[in-house]
Amino acid sequence: MTGEVAVLGAGMHPWGKWGRSFVEYGTAAARAALTDAGIDWQQVRSVVGADTMRCGYPGYVAGATFAQALGWQGARVTSVYAACASGAQAINTARSQILAGMADVVLVVGADAAPKGFFAPAGGERPDDPDWLRFRVLGATNPAYFGLYARRRMALYGDTPEDFALVKVKNAAAGALNPNARYRKAVSAEDVAASAVVADPLRLLDICATSDGAAALVLTSMDFARRHGAGDPVRIRAVSTVTPTYPKAVLDLPDIATDSAAAVDPLPRPFRASIALAAYEEAGIGPEDLSLAEVYDLSTALELEWYEDIGLCGAGEGAKLVREGATALGGRIPVNVSGGLASFGEAVPAQAIAQVCELTWQLRGTAGRRQVPGARTGITANQGLFGHGSAVVAVR
Amino acid sequence: MVAGWFTQDSGEEDFRLLGTRCTACSAVFFPREDSFCRNPACTGGELAEVPLSKRGRVWSYTDGRYRPPAPYVCDPDAQWEPYTLVAVELEAERMVVLGQGVPGVRVSDLAVGMEVEVVPGVLNEDGDTVWTTWHWRPLGVAS
Ligand SMILES: [Zn+2]
Repeated sequence: MTGEVAVLGAGMHPWGKWGRSFVEYGTAAARAALTDAGIDWQQVRSVVGADTMRCGYPGYVAGATFAQALGWQGARVTSVYAACASGAQAINTARSQILAGMADVVLVVGADAAPKGFFAPAGGERPDDPDWLRFRVLGATNPAYFGLYARRRMALYGDTPEDFALVKVKNAAAGALNPNARYRKAVSAEDVAASAVVADPLRLLDICATSDGAAALVLTSMDFARRHGAGDPVRIRAVSTVTPTYPKAVLDLPDIATDSAAAVDPLPRPFRASIALAAYEEAGIGPEDLSLAEVYDLSTALELEWYEDIGLCGAGEGAKLVREGATALGGRIPVNVSGGLASFGEAVPAQAIAQVCELTWQLRGTAGRRQVPGARTGITANQGLFGHGSAVVAVR
Repeated sequence: MVAGWFTQDSGEEDFRLLGTRCTACSAVFFPREDSFCRNPACTGGELAEVPLSKRGRVWSYTDGRYRPPAPYVCDPDAQWEPYTLVAVELEAERMVVLGQGVPGVRVSDLAVGMEVEVVPGVLNEDGDTVWTTWHWRPLGVAS
């Protein structure tokens, strides 16, 4: 109980390709979260921004950029970067400050204005950067790695492209019910099969798009929440930001090779599974306690892997869950009821925060037509480049 | 740009990827690690250059149907020819190394578990310079 912080406010700027500045998106999301919390901006004692590296200097100091846009008022400020895990690290920073007594009310913001097409590394001739090298030497885009995982699942477990398409069909159906989602149209398995192959065996509709978007949270101490009249707020009970354990034996972005296991045996549990395990251990719950989960569906096949890594089923059983409808709205354990990245697209620093926004609305029971009935406990899971874990457990 | 990642001026038969091996714990690194051993239990040894196995088995594979962004070098005026990417498990080193398949090899020619070998290939040509790279070639396929 002492380890919990309250989620008083959640807000988003709708995702899409809007052609505006990330500052506008983030500020809009922040204002929405403050309004939702019933908190005046001047009451915020700390601002944590998830950095937007491709948007120039203001993106590198996102915390201060949002604080300036909202109006300087002397709050403590932090900017964090951990690629796709930036949002989780921002949430964890805010939580740590609250639990340490450094601030009672913290605003967390992430926003992006992403270019179309493949993500590319920073420019210049930089052979000391593994992210630059994988593009330069191999032309290995992010979807190439997703394709490798998908093909590996087909060989190990007998997954089929039709199984992968079921994930898109499910997430598009949920996203159609979400006013903040970029894509709000139902997709059929035939639509997926008719889309172009990007990285065999994955097609365009198996892979998430890049988007603009923003998400924000107002986090407070439990004492502040009570004084504020929120007796039973959604609470964050755990945040996992673990790194892998040497040797990391699964090929992962942006690496060209795995660690060698010649000197040390790898743990039986792969990195992604260790991210969720750390969150479960901290929260004192297990996968059997979940009402729902939001996982990082960069590709449809990757969502199936997350089912296994967050313990919804055993290794190789992910496709069975989606075939049975267990992870759809109305199923035994709904996953990505927000619509997931399939419906939102990637806005890198915002996505892990957006996942917690969805948990917040679900646990409050205010998610409208995509509501999971009686939701009490949820987990988010994703992973940032260079071994950044990211998982959040929220409860009500 | 990837100095010391593979043997230079050797024929196809002797071509090898080059990594480093820690003299204290025998951990192997590719791309080569010359500064410090990354095994957290190792108190540190010398990092000596070591050739990697020439042959391995396909861990997974995919292809690139769309032109990747820079810094990948290709002729923007030429029609895009998809290349394959092959992740190969090396038994002795117990590691997986990603590389492009030899030109002409398609995903339909590949299977997980298939044996492949490393051969020299051309990354790109730049004026007078031909930049060499490594390619994975299924056994029994001529380049
Ligand atoms: Zn060592």
